[in-house]
Amino acid sequence: MNRNLSVCILLLFAITGASTQEVIPLPKNVGIGNAQPVWVSMSGFTGEAAQVLQFDLYVQGFNFTNTEGAQYLISGSNNGNLQGRVTDKFNKSVMVSKAYSGASVRRQAHAFADDFVRALSRKPIGETKIAFKGENAPNGEIYIADFDGHNPQAVTRDNAIVAAPCWVPGRLALYYVSYKLNHPDIFYQNLSTGERRIFARYGGSNISPSVSPDGNDVAMILSKDGWTDLYVGRAGGGAPSRLTKSPQDESSPCWSPNGQWICYASKDHERRSLSKISPSGGQPQRIPISLGANPTEPDWSPDGKWIAFTAQYRDFQICVIPAEGGEAVTLVAGEDPSWAPNSRTLIFARRQGGHYTLSLLDVPTKQVKDVPRISGSASQSQPSWAR
Amino acid sequence: MKVTKFTNLLVLAVVLTLTASGCRKRPGYVTNIPQGKTENPIDLSPAPALSGTDSGTNNSANTSGFPQSDPSLRQNWPRDAKFFEADTAHFDFDSSVVKSADKPKVAKVAEHLKANPSHAVEVDGHCDERGTEEYNRSLGERRALALREELISLGIDPGRIDTVSYGKDRPADTGHDESAWKKNRRGEFLLETPPGTTP
Repeated sequence: MNRNLSVCILLLFAITGASTQEVIPLPKNVGIGNAQPVWVSMSGFTGEAAQVLQFDLYVQGFNFTNTEGAQYLISGSNNGNLQGRVTDKFNKSVMVSKAYSGASVRRQAHAFADDFVRALSRKPIGETKIAFKGENAPNGEIYIADFDGHNPQAVTRDNAIVAAPCWVPGRLALYYVSYKLNHPDIFYQNLSTGERRIFARYGGSNISPSVSPDGNDVAMILSKDGWTDLYVGRAGGGAPSRLTKSPQDESSPCWSPNGQWICYASKDHERRSLSKISPSGGQPQRIPISLGANPTEPDWSPDGKWIAFTAQYRDFQICVIPAEGGEAVTLVAGEDPSWAPNSRTLIFARRQGGHYTLSLLDVPTKQVKDVPRISGSASQSQPSWAR
Repeated sequence: MKVTKFTNLLVLAVVLTLTASGCRKRPGYVTNIPQGKTENPIDLSPAPALSGTDSGTNNSANTSGFPQSDPSLRQNWPRDAKFFEADTAHFDFDSSVVKSADKPKVAKVAEHLKANPSHAVEVDGHCDERGTEEYNRSLGERRALALREELISLGIDPGRIDTVSYGKDRPADTGHDESAWKKNRRGEFLLETPPGTTP
């Protein structure tokens, strides 16, 4: 056993040593959308396990080739339980060598992919969840699922227009909009207990909830005072405070990960832009964007560096800019991006005719994979990644 | 070949570990994933019935819009979508400016409200599909509010006018061309009457 332990420690050093060159942060202004994938080879896995591994790694910037062209060799088996190993071909080190038990092969495969990603000192996403709107026009329900769309569960039974689910960071709870009372109201729902309550039901719109990183505040769009403006309210209740006073539209607030800014889509002399404002008020600041992108639906990356948004040219495109503003990089056709906890994968909605499909995008490599459609709903949109 | 070798090693490792620990424990390198959830369990019991409302009406600031009524005030009043059907207003692309051609329609709604002091109106704002979902929800609200402000300018009490935005969720025409979009960029007036009365 002692021997095993020392092997483990040695292994750990090897991994740490090997990993420094493998960290692929989003480079500043260059390399977004044109980075090379990390090449891996895979052998020994079959069926669902192989599918899960391929899917998980592809949307995190890996791609598959033969052992000649690969930097990492992934091997193992899934007869019954899954066991797997990853070798770094260049320095011959074993990065992961594990067997898994319990749960489903699907979950075991996610765990193995996560162990590999973790060995590269990157944040894995295999165990993360998403929430989204599933619709049979015009009505729908709020759903949650694994990040790859598997194991979907409806968390509402409203048979009403629903919209804009948003996770409470680090908790099994959501805010979302439902027209159950024939009126757009914001609801809070604890997914552990099933308890839900109305969070905001004022006259006019109560829409686009976004929870602060510490979970204590909720930014939202209200029109109770006669204009559609940005407000922020305490999660515990009380009168929300009004952050903007503009007859123009504000929409889709999101928070900076340090909680110091709320970014939102605004209109300035009939030109759409992104702005940010302190949650305690003050002057909004426009976030400069190089292109006339007609930006809406911003989402601030968890590492604080980037803002993804929907640009509207002739059609809708997913774009990324540095959080302080700058050159927008157009990535792929789609709408309403939401960052994964790893600050590199995005989930977004792709429009096909009148319907939406959810899709995953690895920002540095632009690798895209659709999330399977869920049965019972024709259209899935407005994804929110739990983080 | 590699895989076989690997498997052999694993088997050997399992045997060694099991022998060392006297088969009492799970091998140390095996990651056990609990059935169900790795984090907190998600209990998806049905949501309780809705009760109570959290309302608040800010009466300040005329320079920043006209405050709205509590939506629960007339929640149970019947809505008649037919009554003002001919008075639906239409908007230009991405605009919430009430067109002058539509102002006589708004005036007609105002006249009815003046003649029937117990009645109220719900203004529903809608958009075409050429906008993102939440942007359209805000734009639809802005359209409803623009019509509301027009009614207010004609002397109607702001407290008698409710607004609801449906964004692009309820198109009048489900087509994907300009003729459909034109019909969908609209504001509808729904007559609200106290329960038990008829207009």
